[in-house]
Amino acid sequence: METGMDSIERFEYDVLVLGAGGAGLRAAIGAAQDGVRVAVICKSLLGKAHTVMAEGGVAAAMGNVDPADGWQTHFYDTMRSGHFINNYRTAEIFAKEAPDRVFELESWGALFDRTPEGKIMQRPFGAHTFRRLCHVGDRTGLELIRTLQYKGIHCGIDIFQEVTTTRLLKDGERVAGAIGYERESGRFLLWRAKAVVLATGGWGKVYKVTSNSWESTGDGAAIAYRADAELQDMEMVQFHPTGMVWPPGVRGILVTEGVRGEGGILVNAEGRRFMQDYDPKRMELSSRDVVARSIHKEVQAGRGTPHGGAWLDITHRGAEFIRRKLPNMYDQFLHLADIDITKTKFEVAPTIHYTMGGVRADPETCATNVPGLFAAGEVACGLHGANRLGGNSLSDLLVFGRRAGEAAREYAMGLTVLPGVDDGEVRLEQERVLRPFAVEAGENPYQLHAELQQVMGEHAGIARDGASLQAGLDKIMALQERAGRIGVSGSRMYNPGWHTALDVGNMLLLCEAIFRGALAREESRGAQWRTDHPDELEDFGRINFVEYRDGDTMRLKTYPVSPMPPELAALFASDVAPGLATAPAVGPAAGGRE
Amino acid sequence: MAQPQTMDQAAAPEAGAQQATDMTLSVFRGDATAGEEREYRVPVGPGMVVLDAVHWLQANVDSTIACRWNCKAARCGSCSADINGHPGLMCKTRLDDFVGQVVHVRPMRTFPIIKDLVTDVSWNYKVAKQIQPFTPAQPAPFVMYQRDVDRGQEFRRCIECFLCQNVCHVLREHSGMDRYFGPRFMIKIAELEMHPMDTADRVDLLAGGGGLGFCNITKCCQEVCPEHIHITDNAIIPLKERTADRYWDPIRRLFRRRRTG
Amino acid sequence: MATPATVPAPQRAPKGWKLPWWVEPTATVVALGSFGLYSIWEVFFHTTGRFGNYLSPFFSPDVTAWGIHVIPAVWVVWVPLLFRASCYYYRKEYYRGFFADPAACARPERSRVYRGETRFPLSLNNLHRFMLYLAIVVILFLWDDTVRAFIFPNGFGVGLGSLIMLGNVILLSYYTFSCHAFRHLVGGGLDCFTCRARAVTRYGLWSRVSAWNSHHGQWAWISMFGVWATDVYIRLLISGVLHDPRLI
Ligand SMILES: Cc1cc2nc3c(=O)[nH]c(=O)nc-3n(C[C@H](O)[C@H](O)[C@H](O)COP(=O)(O)OP(=O)(O)OC[C@H]3O[C@@H](n4cnc5c(N)ncnc54)[C@H](O)[C@@H]3O)c2cc1C
Ligand code: SF4
Ligand code: SF4
Ligand code: FES
Ligand code: FES
Repeated sequence: METGMDSIERFEYDVLVLGAGGAGLRAAIGAAQDGVRVAVICKSLLGKAHTVMAEGGVAAAMGNVDPADGWQTHFYDTMRSGHFINNYRTAEIFAKEAPDRVFELESWGALFDRTPEGKIMQRPFGAHTFRRLCHVGDRTGLELIRTLQYKGIHCGIDIFQEVTTTRLLKDGERVAGAIGYERESGRFLLWRAKAVVLATGGWGKVYKVTSNSWESTGDGAAIAYRADAELQDMEMVQFHPTGMVWPPGVRGILVTEGVRGEGGILVNAEGRRFMQDYDPKRMELSSRDVVARSIHKEVQAGRGTPHGGAWLDITHRGAEFIRRKLPNMYDQFLHLADIDITKTKFEVAPTIHYTMGGVRADPETCATNVPGLFAAGEVACGLHGANRLGGNSLSDLLVFGRRAGEAAREYAMGLTVLPGVDDGEVRLEQERVLRPFAVEAGENPYQLHAELQQVMGEHAGIARDGASLQAGLDKIMALQERAGRIGVSGSRMYNPGWHTALDVGNMLLLCEAIFRGALAREESRGAQWRTDHPDELEDFGRINFVEYRDGDTMRLKTYPVSPMPPELAALFASDVAPGLATAPAVGPAAGGRE
Repeated sequence: MAQPQTMDQAAAPEAGAQQATDMTLSVFRGDATAGEEREYRVPVGPGMVVLDAVHWLQANVDSTIACRWNCKAARCGSCSADINGHPGLMCKTRLDDFVGQVVHVRPMRTFPIIKDLVTDVSWNYKVAKQIQPFTPAQPAPFVMYQRDVDRGQEFRRCIECFLCQNVCHVLREHSGMDRYFGPRFMIKIAELEMHPMDTADRVDLLAGGGGLGFCNITKCCQEVCPEHIHITDNAIIPLKERTADRYWDPIRRLFRRRRTG
Repeated sequence: MATPATVPAPQRAPKGWKLPWWVEPTATVVALGSFGLYSIWEVFFHTTGRFGNYLSPFFSPDVTAWGIHVIPAVWVVWVPLLFRASCYYYRKEYYRGFFADPAACARPERSRVYRGETRFPLSLNNLHRFMLYLAIVVILFLWDDTVRAFIFPNGFGVGLGSLIMLGNVILLSYYTFSCHAFRHLVGGGLDCFTCRARAVTRYGLWSRVSAWNSHHGQWAWISMFGVWATDVYIRLLISGVLHDPRLI
C-alpha cells in the first residue's frame, strides 16, 4: 500500500461526517450514540464554518408571538416560495420537526432572545406569513454553531480540523470512506468508514459578489458527483437582495434581511419606495427572488444609487433600537464603510447568497443514490425548490443534519465489515491532488478563479437568456481545459495557491452544472429568471433537472416532482395561508406588512 | 458615504483615494524553525483592510503566503494577527489607519507558528473540553426572561478569535498555558455559571485547574476583544467574587452552612 | 453600473490619537506616587484635620474626640487605603504602573516567576469585600461630617469648604457604591433574576450598580483627587493661608 508515491495515514470509523457547519455537527451528534465511532472533517477550524455568518434567524413555527402559526403554514410558505419544485415530503418533515430542533438547542445551552413571557422571541422575515424566526440579535448562526460545537466536543467525536477531503472512496457501488490532506502539512489522510454524511455547504464562491465565506467552493457536491451522486436543481442560485456595495473591498458582504424584518425600507435614487410597484402587499418583505429582481430592474432603469444599488433606510427606528436589534450591522457599517446606519440610509445591491441545488437526497433519511452516502444542509437538495426562504436554512441544517446522522448510524450498524478500499484508486487520487506541483509555468489558480467568477457574473446572473448562457457554458468548458494545467510553487505546507488550485477544479464542475440546468429550464421560476422565457410554465413545474456523471461527461436528466397527497394539496386550495384567516390583528403587522 | 448632502467636500482628502496609492506591508514569512518579515508594496483602494492586502499578495505576488480566514466580515474569528504590534482581526483593520506607515503583520505571538501568519491554536480546543458542559435542570423549552439571558448573551457573542488569549500576559509572557485557561474560557465559564437553568458547579475548577487567580485583571483582553465583550468587568471579576464567596469569606460560609444544614 | 466619479469616497472617521504605550503607566506612577507621598506627610506630620466645623477626610472619624491623640489619622486612614489598594481598578493600575505586569498590552515583560494573585500577599486582595464593608462605615462618618460642615456656630450656612466637602463625599459615594464587590453583593451573585420574588428587587439594584460600575475607574480617579483637594483646602485654612469665603 505505501507504494512509494506518498505516505498516508489511515483511520477507521463507522460514520464519517464531511463538514462541521450546522448540518455536519448536528449529524455527528446524531450519529455518535450506541458506541458508533464518528469523525468530523472540516476545511477550517472548528466553529468557523460558513454557518457562523448566518444572521437573521432560524425559522420554526412555534407560534410564540403569532399563536396562529403552525407547521401547515410553514409548509405552505416553504412550498410557495420554492415554486413547487421542492420535495413536498422534505418540506413537510421540515416544518413539523423544526420547533423541536430549536428547543433542543436551548437544552444544549443556546440563549435566544426572549419574549416578555419568557419564551423564544420570533421576528418577521421575507415571505413568512407569521413572525417565525427565532434569533439572537443578528448573530443567530454563531449561536447555533457554538451550541452544537460545545455539545459535540463532549460527545466523543473525533474532529479533524483544517483537513480538506478530495475524494470519496468506493467499494463497488457503496461508499467506503474518503481521502484528504492536512492543510497544515500537506500530508494525506485516509478514512475508511461504513457511512459518510456529506455536509460541506454551498458554492457561493463561484460568483465574485457573494456573501459567502471562502469555504463555499462546493467541494462536497463536486466530490459526490465524481462518486456518481446526482446533482439536482443546480440552476437555482439565490441572490440575496441586500449586500453591501461600497467600498469595493466589502462588496457582497451581507446586510441581513433582519434590517427589513425590523422595518427597514428600500428606496430608489428618486426617493420612491419602489417595492410598491412590484409587490405592494408584502413590500420589502417579499420573497428574496422578487426583491432582488426589483432592485436589479430599478438599476437597469437608471434609478440606481451611485454605485449601482438601492438605498436601504432604517433610521426611523431610532438609534437605540438599531443598536440593540442589529448590533453587528451597526458595527459592520461603521467599521468597514464609515457609515452610521442609525443616522443615514445606505446602499445595497443583490449578492449571491445560497445554492438551492445540490445532491439529491431522500426526505426521510437524507440518503443519496450512492449507498452509504447521506447528504444534509446546503449541499443537499430537496427542501428549497426554486427559492429558499430566509431562515429556512438553519432549521434545515438541524432537522436534516439530525436525520442524516441517525440514518447513517443505523446504516453503519447494519454493516458488519468495513467496505474495502482500492489502493490503486488512492494512488491515482494522490497523483491528481499533487499534479499542480509538477506543472511548470502553469496557469495561476487565482487568475482562473477570478475568470470563472467573471463568467458567472456575466452569463449566469440575475437575468439570464439562452444565448448568453450558452456562451457562458462555452467559456467554462474552456476554463476547465486550462484548469488541467494549473501550476503552483512552494511546498505542501499550508500553501494557499495549491488549496485554491483544487478548489477551482471543483468550482468549474459546479459552474458547468449551473449552466446546463439553467439552459434546460426554459422558463422563469423563483431564482431562475430567463428574459427569453419570462413566464413560469406548468410543465417545468413538474420536473427537476438532474446532472450526473457519465465517464468524463456531464449528462442531464429529469425526475418528476412527486405530487402532494390530497390533504397537503388542499392547503393551497385558497390563496390565503393556513392560519391567516384566524390570525389575530396583531399578526405580522409589526414588520410593516399586510 | 455616498451622500453628498452630508459630505463636506473640502474636508474629504480621501476623495483622491479613488485612485490606488501604494503602501508597504511587512509580512512575517517563516515557520516554526525560523522566519523574518518581508516587505511588499500593495496598491491600496478605498476601504481596504489588511486581509485584502494579504489576498492581493497571494493572488499577484506570492501564492504561498499562508494566512487563515473565512468570512472577511469579522464574524468567524479566523484572521487574528499582531498588526503593528497590536492584536487585531485582519479583516477589520483598515489600511487607511496606517497611512504613511509601514504595516507590520505578524502571527499571534502566544501560539506556536505553523507557517507565516498561521498559528497553532489547538491548545484552546483542549481547554474547551475540560469545562463541564451546560447541565440543565429540566428539559427545554425553558421559561427564561430576557434579563436572565442578557449576561450570557454578551459572552456568547464571542467569535473565538483568541485575540484575548493572545494578548493575555499570563499566556503570552509567562507561558501560563498549563496553569490558566485564559480569558476566552473565563467568559465561557461565566456564561455557564450565570445560566439560570444550569445545575453544574465550576467554582472549584476556577480556583483550581482553571487558574482564575493568575489573572491580575489588567484588562488587556477586554481592550482587544473585537466583539467588545466586557471580559474582565462582566466575567472575570464576578467570577473572582464567586470564588471569594467560597474560599475567602468565612461569614458567607457560615451562612451557607446554616441555610443548607 | 453608475459611475462613482461624483461621489466622494467614504469618510474615514479620524482615528483617535494614539499615545505611546508608556504614557499611561507613567501617569499612574506619578499620580499614585505623589498622592502616596502627600498622604504620608499629611498623616504623620499633623495632629488635626479640623478647622471649625470642617473636618478633613484624612481625619474622619475624628478619633481625637474619643481621646486618641497619637498620630490620629493613622487610626483612620488604613481603611480607605486598604480599600483602594484591594480595589479591582487600582489593582489593574498598579500592576501595570508599578509592577509592569504588563506595563501595557502586548508589551514584552521581563521573565520571572509569575504567580498572579494566587499567593500571599496579593491573594489577600480576595478580601476586598471586607474592606468595602469598612469603607461603607467610613462613608457614613463622612456624610455626618458633611452635614456638620453646613452648621456654623451661628446656625446653617454655606462656605466654600462646605461645598467642597459635599462634592467630595458625593464622589466617594459613587466610588464606593460602584465597587465590583458591592455589585456582586447586591445581585451579581445570583444566576436568576426572576426566579424568586426578592430577586426582582435585587435585579433593580444590580442594574443600577452595574451602570455606575461601568465608570468605576473614573470614579476611582476623580474621588481620589477629590479627597486630595478637600484635604489641601482644609490644611490651607488651618495654616491660615486661605480664608474660607462664606456664601450664605
Ligand atoms: C451571510 C449569511 C447569512 C445567512 N443568514 C442566514 C439566516 O439568517 N438564516 C438561515 O437560515 N440561513 C442563513 N444563511 C444560510 C446558511 O448560513 C447556510 O446555508 C448554512 O449555514 C449552510 O450550513 P452547512 O452546514 O450546510 O454548511 P457550512 O456551514 O457551509 O459548512 C460547511 C462545512 O464543510 C466543510 N468543508 C467544505 N469542504 C470541505 C472539504 N473539501 N473537506 C472537508 N470539509 C469541507 C467546511 O469546513 C465546513 O465545516 C446565511 C448565509 C450567509 C452567507
Ligand atoms: S485581565 Fe486577566 S485574563 Fe485579561 S488579559 Fe489581563 S491577566 Fe489576562
Ligand atoms: S472573548 Fe473576544 S477576544 Fe476573546 S476570543 Fe472571544 S471574541 Fe475573541
Ligand atoms: S475572516 Fe472571519 S473574522 Fe476575519
Ligand atoms: S472599590 Fe474598586 S472594585 Fe471595589
